Amino acid sequence: MNHRPITEDDLHAYVDQALAPERRREVAAYLDDHPEVARRVGAFSGQRDLLRAALAPIADEPLPAALNLARIIENRRRRPARLNWAMAAMLLLFVGAAGGWIMRGSLQASPNGLAALAQEATASYTVYAPDHERPVEMRASDTAQLVQWVSSRLHQEVKVPNLSPSGYRLMGGRLVATAHGPAAMFMYDNDHGSRIVVLTRPMNGRDENAPMTPHTKGDVAGFAWADGGMGYSLVGQAPADALRPLANEVRKQARAI
Amino acid sequence: MDDMLHQVEPLIPALRRYARALMRDRASADDLVQDCLERAVSRWHQRRDGDVRAWLFTILHNLAVNQFRKSASRGRHVPIDETNEDSFGEAASQEQKLMYQDVLAKLARLPEDQREVLLLVAVEDLSYAEAANVLGIPVGTVMSRLSRARARLQQEIEGTAAPTNVVSLRRVT
Repeated sequence: MNHRPITEDDLHAYVDQALAPERRREVAAYLDDHPEVARRVGAFSGQRDLLRAALAPIADEPLPAALNLARIIENRRRRPARLNWAMAAMLLLFVGAAGGWIMRGSLQASPNGLAALAQEATASYTVYAPDHERPVEMRASDTAQLVQWVSSRLHQEVKVPNLSPSGYRLMGGRLVATAHGPAAMFMYDNDHGSRIVVLTRPMNGRDENAPMTPHTKGDVAGFAWADGGMGYSLVGQAPADALRPLANEVRKQARAI
Repeated sequence: MDDMLHQVEPLIPALRRYARALMRDRASADDLVQDCLERAVSRWHQRRDGDVRAWLFTILHNLAVNQFRKSASRGRHVPIDETNEDSFGEAASQEQKLMYQDVLAKLARLPEDQREVLLLVAVEDLSYAEAANVLGIPVGTVMSRLSRARARLQQEIEGTAAPTNVVSLRRVT
């Protein structure tokens, strides 16, 4: 017999009844031979039963009126204008912000090239990284579609940097509006929940090749650079020393296309 | 909208159960579920194809995270002694009730991230992949948190007041 070794994950899946029948038999046989492990697994099953029993009565309670779904739907129907107002307010805000941005250009020289990219990346980080609801438009599970989307909008083949060897997993990404056209934003997080953002867009003739340059604003630090017409900036709320190797890695991968 | 009613309504009791186990007191848990339902109604058309249950738990989780963050500075959960006697249901006998209260109090002492995983997997019957999706973490992280949650809860149950930083159970994969 050539069994795969039993893992801790198997033991939990055994407790949670999530194993395929064949594997379940293998684990059961293993437990027969290992009473100490069997005791632990038995304790975990006991916990599971106890928790379920302790929490079961809550699901049996009559629902309070506030949780009457039909009523929630009805209330919403009666004030459909709310959404429209919200959209109108957002549009106004956007017009205001865009107007302000355009005005800004006439009042003071807005940055160009790498400095602009750094600013855009910092702004994207500031807006999206603290977002718990929807930090990214498309999740990592839809990476293929995300890549297709941003590549078509940037008219450029965009590759998502892989930072998982450095402990940062891709959360997903989105298209971001900048004064210099669309940019692709990718967001990552690590086990501590720290997020970083990589923003990339074509440089459109400015700073088409630029060495890696650090930038900071408040406690948000980052590195920006450009290679062959594409600009990149990696931004996070971390010391520059911690971000530099990540930026180097992104640059290395982008060059390897 | 009828479609939504049929798909969402049967899941409300489970959402309440999860919210109550996270928040501990009935009022804030039900507020959370109400917020969740309102969001679900307003975003029904934006929902991707897939499991409605996991989608609802994702909304609930995100709301709970916001809540935790907001209340982190104010001290978090209602301690067990302050909760209403019958907060955890009335069907059980007195002895059972004490046992249930005891395990829920121990559950409440787990770190939030471990508690969430344990509840979603062991009580709400989400698959490991679904739980990973709901929490926005990789499946490997779900497994390690589950493992830590169970080991720690067991320590509590067995009364070995082991230091919290000792993890007796490791993933061997």
